[in-house]
Amino acid sequence: MIKIVKRDQPSRAIFFFTPVLAIFLTLVAGGLIFYILGFKPFEALKFFFIVPVADMYGLSELLLKATPLCLIAIGLSFCFKSNNWNIGAEGQLTFGAIVSGGVALLFYEQERFFILPIVILAGAIGGMIYASIPAILKTYFNTNEILVSLMLVYVSKLILDYLVVGPWSNPEGFNFPETRQFSDSARLPLLFEGLRIHAGIFLALAAVVISWFVFYKTYLGFQMKVSGFSLKTAKYAGYKGKKMIILVFLISGACAGLAGVGEITGPIGQLHREVSPDYGFTAIIVAFLGRLHPVGIIFASLVVAITYLGAETAQIFMQIPKYTGQVFQGMILFFLLASDYLLFFKFKLIGSKK
Amino acid sequence: MIIDINFVGLIIVSIMASAVPLILASCGELITERSGVLNLGVEGMMIIGAISGFALMTVTGSLIIAVFGAMLAGVLISTIFAFLTQTLITNHVATGLALTIFGIGISAMIGKNFVGIPGKEFPVLFEGLKDTIPLLSPILFGHSIVFYFAFALPFITSYFLKKTKIGLIVRAVGDSPESASNQGINVRFVRYACILYGGAMCGLAGAYLSMIYTPQWIENMTGGRGWIALALVVFSTWNPIKILIGAMIFGGLTIIQFHMQAIGVRIPVQFLTALPYIVTIIVLVVISRDSRKIRLSTPSSLGKSFHKDN
Repeated sequence: MIKIVKRDQPSRAIFFFTPVLAIFLTLVAGGLIFYILGFKPFEALKFFFIVPVADMYGLSELLLKATPLCLIAIGLSFCFKSNNWNIGAEGQLTFGAIVSGGVALLFYEQERFFILPIVILAGAIGGMIYASIPAILKTYFNTNEILVSLMLVYVSKLILDYLVVGPWSNPEGFNFPETRQFSDSARLPLLFEGLRIHAGIFLALAAVVISWFVFYKTYLGFQMKVSGFSLKTAKYAGYKGKKMIILVFLISGACAGLAGVGEITGPIGQLHREVSPDYGFTAIIVAFLGRLHPVGIIFASLVVAITYLGAETAQIFMQIPKYTGQVFQGMILFFLLASDYLLFFKFKLIGSKK
Repeated sequence: MIIDINFVGLIIVSIMASAVPLILASCGELITERSGVLNLGVEGMMIIGAISGFALMTVTGSLIIAVFGAMLAGVLISTIFAFLTQTLITNHVATGLALTIFGIGISAMIGKNFVGIPGKEFPVLFEGLKDTIPLLSPILFGHSIVFYFAFALPFITSYFLKKTKIGLIVRAVGDSPESASNQGINVRFVRYACILYGGAMCGLAGAYLSMIYTPQWIENMTGGRGWIALALVVFSTWNPIKILIGAMIFGGLTIIQFHMQAIGVRIPVQFLTALPYIVTIIVLVVISRDSRKIRLSTPSSLGKSFHKDN
């Protein structure tokens, strides 16, 4: 007979093994779904996960999509580690894009070296301003940050929509819902001729290094860990809870805002309605899959980025809707959360010892 | 200025029709949240209901099978959420988000072959009485059964929570799972039931959209209504009757947009669309500021896992 027993301590080996297990189970379940829908499962999975990254262009696209996911997830890991449920990164990304896009438009047709740094800074500040709303409401009004940050996502998208069809729309743009193109000085430089991968990837890598340092080498990182583990202990130790809540939200907002800057000054080059294909929500999956660990998040962002590319390839070659990518994203998170059960419980064979 | 009484009636009816899916989904989610479970998968469960209803209607030709099938689909998909959060004790927020993301994706996959197929006409009740009293009878008569059910649901839900024993048990489980458990109530079972019920109502809300409101299948056709429904539960401070009022206001804002543009009022459409979300945040701040008020209105254990050892 098999009995479920609680572990004395969460298993560390399983902590890093379950993400791999979750990805494997997702592939199996994905193949099964393809089979049920009448596709050849192996061929479909090949189109989804191998064909898109089989050449240089594909790898560049992979990094292009992984960059914002990684940046946002790093920011979110600050919040999640300290038990703050910021799920509105999509809104912070959008607002960061709005602020930086506005600054970029101010310098329309001007070429100066200082434009790009200002635009990037504006994006980070935009994200921080937007993230400060749920943070301040949580600290001073005891408001649930999950609901506030979520509601604000839709508000930010509507502000963007208003701006690109209204006051900021391109005067020569035949009423398309988009702004003018930014000048070259406001664009992130491309890294390779003919590929879309841009310098924004360095922002993501910097975030990884900085977050690793903060998490494991500073007092703040230690405080965050304690608060995440037990709010009571943190209070007892005398940590300034309110300050930390605001700080982690600001960090996470800045990262999301920077991801927004990367999108509009990188591949897009202007503001329009869809600055992000829900990177802010998908990054939540990335943060979990990466176990809130900076290095884990790098790997997780690459894995999840493939689902975006795979959905595009599958749409072209197999006429599958592009939303299929979300089936895989949802399943990864399902399986990951489910396999977390193994962290705290183990299966034990009993009766054989008799 | 002469106000055409028929035109006013028409606007009121269209506001009520747009409120129907919000009422259904919110009342379902309200029961789930009252039991202490925060399910952010409303949008996902609604879209699953929408495609299931439409697909079953097209394949079987039976409206009854389609409506109940959509509710069953909502139940099935919410079973995933229930199993994860209640049996495997996963985080409610992350699991709910996964449900929404998964639901939007899988509905698009299933719906691939149903794009562009025209829907069927859904029968309406009391059509003969429509012209009897001006203004009043177009509002009261000539709607689908789902429409009438939606407007009765907040009252049924309120009665259920306040006056029945099972309703009391649900509230006890949401407010204090520990004491409920000590009283011999099976917390996990109650929460399972409340999650599945929420799934059924969200499925019905989705079916209303794809079979009655705009009878066709479009990818992602719920268009954020699930999030509005979630907002509505908070807006109502977990009170079913206020959901009715909120749904009329939130639904009304969408309808009024069209007419305001037609009249030429210069308020950006986006501002009106954003209003439900902003109002919800304000309501949250007002009720959360006062710790007594929040204790009275919010289920105390909302979003927190409960696990009884052994």
